[in-house]
This record gives sequence, C-alpha cells and structure tokens, in this order.
Amino acid sequence: MTGTVTEATSPAAATATVSDDRHRVLRVDGLTVRFRLRDALVHAVTDLRLTLRRGELLAVVGESGCGKSVLAHTLLGLLPRNATVSGHAYLQVSPDADPVDLIHCGERRLAREVRGRQLGLIPQSPATALTPVRTGRRLLEETLRAHGHSREQAAAQAEQLAVDVGLNPHDLDRYPFELSGGMAQRLATALALASDPAVLIADEPTTGLDRSLVDHTLDLLRRRCDAGHAVLLITHDLSAARRVADTVAVMYASRIVERQPADQFFSAPAHPYSAALLDALPDRKFQPIPGHPPMLTALPAGCAYAPRCPLAIDRCGALPADRIVDAGTVACHRPRGASA
Amino acid sequence: MTTHSRRLAAHEITVSFDGTPVLTDVSLHIARGETVGLRGASGSGKSTLARVLALLHRPDRGHVSLDGQPIAGARHQVAPRIRTRVALLFQSPRAAADPRFRLIDVIAEPLRALGTDRDEARRRARELADLVGLTADLLDRRPHAVSDGQLQRACLARALAQQPDYLLCDEATAMLDASTQAQVAAVIMSYQRERDAGVLLISHDQALLDRWADRVVDIAAGRIMAPAER
Repeated sequence: MTGTVTEATSPAAATATVSDDRHRVLRVDGLTVRFRLRDALVHAVTDLRLTLRRGELLAVVGESGCGKSVLAHTLLGLLPRNATVSGHAYLQVSPDADPVDLIHCGERRLAREVRGRQLGLIPQSPATALTPVRTGRRLLEETLRAHGHSREQAAAQAEQLAVDVGLNPHDLDRYPFELSGGMAQRLATALALASDPAVLIADEPTTGLDRSLVDHTLDLLRRRCDAGHAVLLITHDLSAARRVADTVAVMYASRIVERQPADQFFSAPAHPYSAALLDALPDRKFQPIPGHPPMLTALPAGCAYAPRCPLAIDRCGALPADRIVDAGTVACHRPRGASA
Repeated sequence: MTTHSRRLAAHEITVSFDGTPVLTDVSLHIARGETVGLRGASGSGKSTLARVLALLHRPDRGHVSLDGQPIAGARHQVAPRIRTRVALLFQSPRAAADPRFRLIDVIAEPLRALGTDRDEARRRARELADLVGLTADLLDRRPHAVSDGQLQRACLARALAQQPDYLLCDEATAMLDASTQAQVAAVIMSYQRERDAGVLLISHDQALLDRWADRVVDIAAGRIMAPAER
C-alpha cells in the first residue's frame, strides 16, 4: 500500500468520525518523516494516522528507536534541518475554532500560538531541557507570567504546581543542576502544565522516578483527561500505559501497527508484535522477542515485523493495509481475532 | 542454609554525605546462586549501598566481607583478583560507558586492565557481545550511535568480562523496553546458573522482583526494614 487510506474510506471509521468530530482535538493524517544522513535515509515515521479526543489519554508504546519521540517532536515543530515532513496534523483546541495544521502553518504561528501554549511537552530528558542558570521558581513564574498571570498570581500558582507534581515548594529555589533526575523530571512536568495546554505530549515522563512518583505523575495525567484535556503519552513502560491509558497505539519500525482501547489491547492484542511485546513482561512469559527490530535506514518492503513473526507467510512480503478488528485497527495480514 | 563462606556481605554500614546520613547500620548479604531484591523509594540509599558493596565507596563505619574475609581499604587498594569478583551494572549506560570508546573496547577494557593482551581481549569481547545478543556490526560503533538497549547490553558484557561471582544490578533494566528487559534478564539468569553467581537486583518493578528475586529486602531512609518474607 503506497497510497494513503484515509479514515473516511472505511464505513465504520466514517461513522465514528461524524459522531466524534466535536470532541476531536488532534488528527494526524499520513504523517511521514525522513532524516537525510550523509549516506542513508532514516524512515523515522511512515504514513501515520491517529486521532486524539478531548478527555482521552492515548499511549504510544513500542521498543526504543521505533520513532515514538520523533512523532512528538514533529507535532511540536522541533525537528532538525535534515528532516523532511509530509502529511497533516490538525490541532483543534475547541469545537468552534479553526483547526491548525501543525505541519504546514509555519514556525511563526507554532511559536506564538501553539508550542507550549495549546500543545505542551514534558520532554524526555529534563536535565538537558532546563536552563541551568534559573531556579525552578524563576522558570515557573516566568512561564506563568508569559501566559498572562500577574506577579502575585504567578507566585502562588508556581507553589501550587509544585505541589501538584509532588515537588516540595522549597526545592523550587534550587537550580536545575542541584536537582536529582526525578526532581528535574517533576519540575519539567510543572512547567509543561503551567499554560494548561489543551493537548499535552508526555515523552517518557516517568523516567528516573520511583514507583510511588511514577504513579503520582500518571494519575496527574489521568486527572487532566478526566477534566476534559487530552494527553499523548509516549512510553516504553507498558505497565504505565495499563494504569492510565484509554487507548493504546503500538509503533513498530516507524508505523503504528495496532490501535485498540486499552482493555482490549492488554487482554487480546490483535497484532502478533503486540502479543509478543506483552509476553515479554515479567508478570507474563518474560520472554524476549526473537531477533532485532530492523534498522530504520533499511526497512523491508513488506511488513517490517515479518522477519521476526512466527505467523509470517508469503503474503507478508506485501505491506498490510489497516483493517478494523474489534474497536480498533491493525496493520497485519494475519491478525488475531480476525475472521480470515 | 547458606554457609558464611560463600557470600558477599555488608556489615553495619554507615555512610553520610556532608553530614546527612544516607545509610545507617545497614547489614545485607548475597549468597552465591541467590538473587536478592532491594526495594526502596528514591533517596533511600539503594545505590549507595550497591556502591559500598562494589567497593566504589568507602563507608564511614562498618565493612564489606567476601566469603567471610573482611575487605579493607578502597577499591584501588584491593587486589584485582578480589575486587573483580564483584561487578556493578548501572541504570544509565550513557553515564557508564566512555563515549570515546568503540563498543568492542567498552567490553574489552576491563580485560585489558587485568593484563590480557589486546587481541585476546577483543576476541573475548566478541564472544561476550554474542552472548548478550549484540550483532558484530555494532561493535565498531561508539555509544552515541547505538540505542540505550544496545549500550546497556554492551555494559552487561563488560560487567561479565571479568567473570564476577557477584553481580549488582542498579535499576539496570528500568529504562529498557519490555522485550529488551526480558532479554537482558535472560542473559543474567543464564550466567548466574552457569557461574553459581549471586545477584543483587535493585528495582521498584514489583512484577520483576516477583519473577526473579528469591527474597526481597526493603530499605527506607537509609535503614533496612524488617523482613517481610519467609
């Protein structure tokens, strides 16, 4: 499949589109990202489609290096110069607002209206994302004031945000390099929440946190969704996704290969890769997936998982189209639970 | 019952940094062949305890013993034949591996330090790389050009190069995806069986501890909590 299958081409998806239109805050369609290297082309994201609705927590999971973080950086317009992007990503913060195409609206608009305002980011490595020359308190107050709070409001709100993320307000007077990895992570989370963004992208937000703080942070994201915001959670931690996600999207070798409601995904995954990933969990079979993920510079022509897949047949040499299984979609010629 | 002669033990260890107590009177032992889980909140002293056991940090009070023999002095003062029996695997391979080294030399360096000649060290490094599931084409790369999972496997191969009798894993699989975690765990478990090695597993992943640890010790605010099991 080289042409794009849009959602409207399948009848079930078309119905869903109409009824959920008002709640949709983000629609990514045919998103493709390539990086040019001196002697190779990296296929980081390929023909990616997803939607995010108000109140939804969508977890994007997959092995390291499958393109998860590139997806986040693409939506925020934070890619390096050697990247080429095609496709669309429409952000619609309220039902009456005009959608903004994040890919084509231009850096000026992204910087002034979108990034850090309507679309927030909790970055993957806060230690490198925080400027070392400002204390946590100054960083937070500065951000809050830029979003229209008065000096007094900003001071009070900074303390409140610290409490919300599980940071002792006294620690706000430290510089980022004086914080532990987990404390820096919480400060980065507080900064991302300062603008109260309609959509929050959380890129591995629990790295370096111990269990109780992991749960605290995840529950915080869950509460945002319950209050009507939307969260795109990028994580390698399946138990994190199990705790809070409404929907799980599995990424493999630059593509989303399965998307399901979380309950369905954890009880009966449709894609053989999803099933193998879940079997690797210590409370399941604790069995690694045989073989290695393909290099993103040399992807096979057909299904990228076929070389590792126990169910692979000749047909898997051709790229599988998305098909509907249960309440989700799966890109596989031989999905579990399909009548074929 | 384990005999005292085949274990790595910390005896009444006390450590403080700038006057702040980090460990207070901590005793813990790991017998050969056994996996001990160590669980605690961040800042509870887990990593410091691992560093003390690996002889990387000298406690203010207390001592470490190996097979019943007290070890005196800092790591560099201890004979290589003794100190190489304990290896430590860190959470972040980025911080642990020298960015200037190719992976082959990340793995071979401890062997070189023990006096193995270069060709022999590299030959052994290739065997170890194969054991942890690193393909040969990765060995000429430097750390920035490989993934976290690949680099952590190189660090594991490096830790196993000296054939330790005790392996201390400080959240060594926390940043890995489920499949890579299971693979790294399988390599460690198989080494453990073959060598009858003792493993300290620092983790806050309950499912991982349930699956792997023979017993679990809780640490809070620098003190060992009363045993909850057996």
